[in-house]
Amino acid sequence: MGTSIVAQNKPNEKIQHSEKILEVKNLKKYFPIKAGVLQRTKGHIKAVDGIDFFIRKGETFGLVGESGCGKSTAGRTITRLYEPTEGEIFFEGENITSKKERHLFNLRRNMQMVFQDPYSSLNPRKTVGTTLIEPLKVHRMYKTHKECREYAQSILERVGLNPSFINRYPHEFSGGQRQRIGIARSLVLNPKLIVGDEPVSALDVSIQSQVLNLLNDLQDEFDLTYLFIAHDLSVVKHFSDRIGVMYLGNMSEVANKKDLYDEPLHPYTQALLSAVPRSHPREVKKERILLKGDIPSPANPPTGCVFHTRCPFVMDHCKEVTPEMKEVRPNHFVACHLH
Amino acid sequence: MDQLQHRKLEPMTPNNNHDNLGKHRSMLGIFVVKFFQNKLAVLGLVMLLLIIGSAVFAPLLAPHDPNYQILTARLHEPSAEYPLGADQLGRDLLSRLLYAGQMSLLVGFAAMASATFIGATMGAIAGYFGGIIDSIIMRIVDILFSFPNIFLMITLVALFRPSPFWLIVSFAVLGWMSTARLIRGEMLSLKKREFVLAARTLGISKWRIIFNHIMPNAIGPLIVAATLAVGQFIIAESTLSFLGIGISPPTATWGNMLTAAQNLTIFQTAWWYPLFPGLMIFLTVLSFNFVGDGLRDALDPRVVEK
Repeated sequence: MGTSIVAQNKPNEKIQHSEKILEVKNLKKYFPIKAGVLQRTKGHIKAVDGIDFFIRKGETFGLVGESGCGKSTAGRTITRLYEPTEGEIFFEGENITSKKERHLFNLRRNMQMVFQDPYSSLNPRKTVGTTLIEPLKVHRMYKTHKECREYAQSILERVGLNPSFINRYPHEFSGGQRQRIGIARSLVLNPKLIVGDEPVSALDVSIQSQVLNLLNDLQDEFDLTYLFIAHDLSVVKHFSDRIGVMYLGNMSEVANKKDLYDEPLHPYTQALLSAVPRSHPREVKKERILLKGDIPSPANPPTGCVFHTRCPFVMDHCKEVTPEMKEVRPNHFVACHLH
Repeated sequence: MDQLQHRKLEPMTPNNNHDNLGKHRSMLGIFVVKFFQNKLAVLGLVMLLLIIGSAVFAPLLAPHDPNYQILTARLHEPSAEYPLGADQLGRDLLSRLLYAGQMSLLVGFAAMASATFIGATMGAIAGYFGGIIDSIIMRIVDILFSFPNIFLMITLVALFRPSPFWLIVSFAVLGWMSTARLIRGEMLSLKKREFVLAARTLGISKWRIIFNHIMPNAIGPLIVAATLAVGQFIIAESTLSFLGIGISPPTATWGNMLTAAQNLTIFQTAWWYPLFPGLMIFLTVLSFNFVGDGLRDALDPRVVEK
């Protein structure tokens, strides 16, 4: 099964200088809260409230944060499953923010998604073959059904499944196998960017590493760029080149993996990293930073810095002024008044 | 044995001699096998075919002219001459029952098919698109629901000539709302599933997603609703017959036979008269129900063949 452990440090110098495949500027996604008989809008859930980041070609960008911080919404807004409320999304330099559905067709081919739940992400009424062949036909990738089918089988084989599984239904597979089918589906159109919305968090730990290894191998083979959304910090650490940390719809910190884990600058990142359990008893015991209080409601986020209600280093002007994202060190962006 | 070991050792490794692993049977083949393994479904199908057959071949099977009155035979008991007895005008009940099947089944099935079609389409559109489209469709549903059905039917049928065609049209126009609500509800939950999002990211068109990806997942409730609708429409026809705007006598339908028998004297003296038309409606709905259940299970890939 390829490499036995998840590849650790990939040489990413080449990536450092390569072009940006995706750039997100001040992206916002609000969901209206409706109430009353007339369904009037009473307010907004600010799921994503102005995030900026970019992804370079060929790298893996990890997007982390606790449940409800808006990371999945961000992923779905970037793939235009949700309409962005504000901001801009650039894919390969092209602004795709307000493209109409019918103009998105070609984009769809280049940007695919792998979903979290392997049970709801496959249509229970369709065979694996139908699921894989339909996009090929819709995008007219091959002329004949036979060619489509052969290609689908080769993709199945590539993700480590028996090509004869093509006639089977999703319920005949295990969770890990289903996730492989989901990955195969995201690959058939030969995309450039794959958004993984917690692709391994529903799987057993042993299966997680297999799937991560598969994703790693595929990245080299198909020249893929990943936006990897997750909440498991150890998975992200092994898998990503650069990492963005989100809190309550805002981006707190974006940095290279090494910088972020060795020297987190944002108090939220520090608290988050201190919560990762030690993987070995001999590892130095870190000081655990415990945050006070609960995560505020995204319907009514705090003024100023959204983290000020729980920040151990809170200052007066944190409560009023929203911190800008600044590049405090080369390639290390933080949105915090401390820096 | 050799193969088994091979698979055990490398479960994920693809190999090329695997054709025996995959079931290479056509979808239709699997469907037929699964349907015929369901005993009740087969029973329902046989009954349904018998009922339909008896209606279609009524001219060959009927011992008498269904409209020929022999006044001396009024409310005749079941006998060799009149196997199911005779009605209050001395017409042979068996013959009438057979001919009535033609009209009742036609109205019931055609109205069911069109009402289900309209309801499923409207519900799917309302549920998938949401927003203003949903509001408009669902308000139409609410408005149609808020009128007593019988009142609207009388109005509609009275506007046109009371013929089977207009009867079916008015049943379809006034009978689709509950199916629409049902399918809308299914749609609301199914459209949020990740496989629908996946289909969207693959660039598959909205209509294809609605009718090809989501609808097959809502087939269970749809079949159940359609099943119940058949009986409902057969009865509704009899209600209109009773009011004189349905299928007009002397043409027999199960509904108007049942209505004609609803009379205390007949109930007390001629039990066979209301019994048999009622039994036919009951058996039709029941067998359609069995077939519906069988279809639902046979169409669901998660229900495995035994």
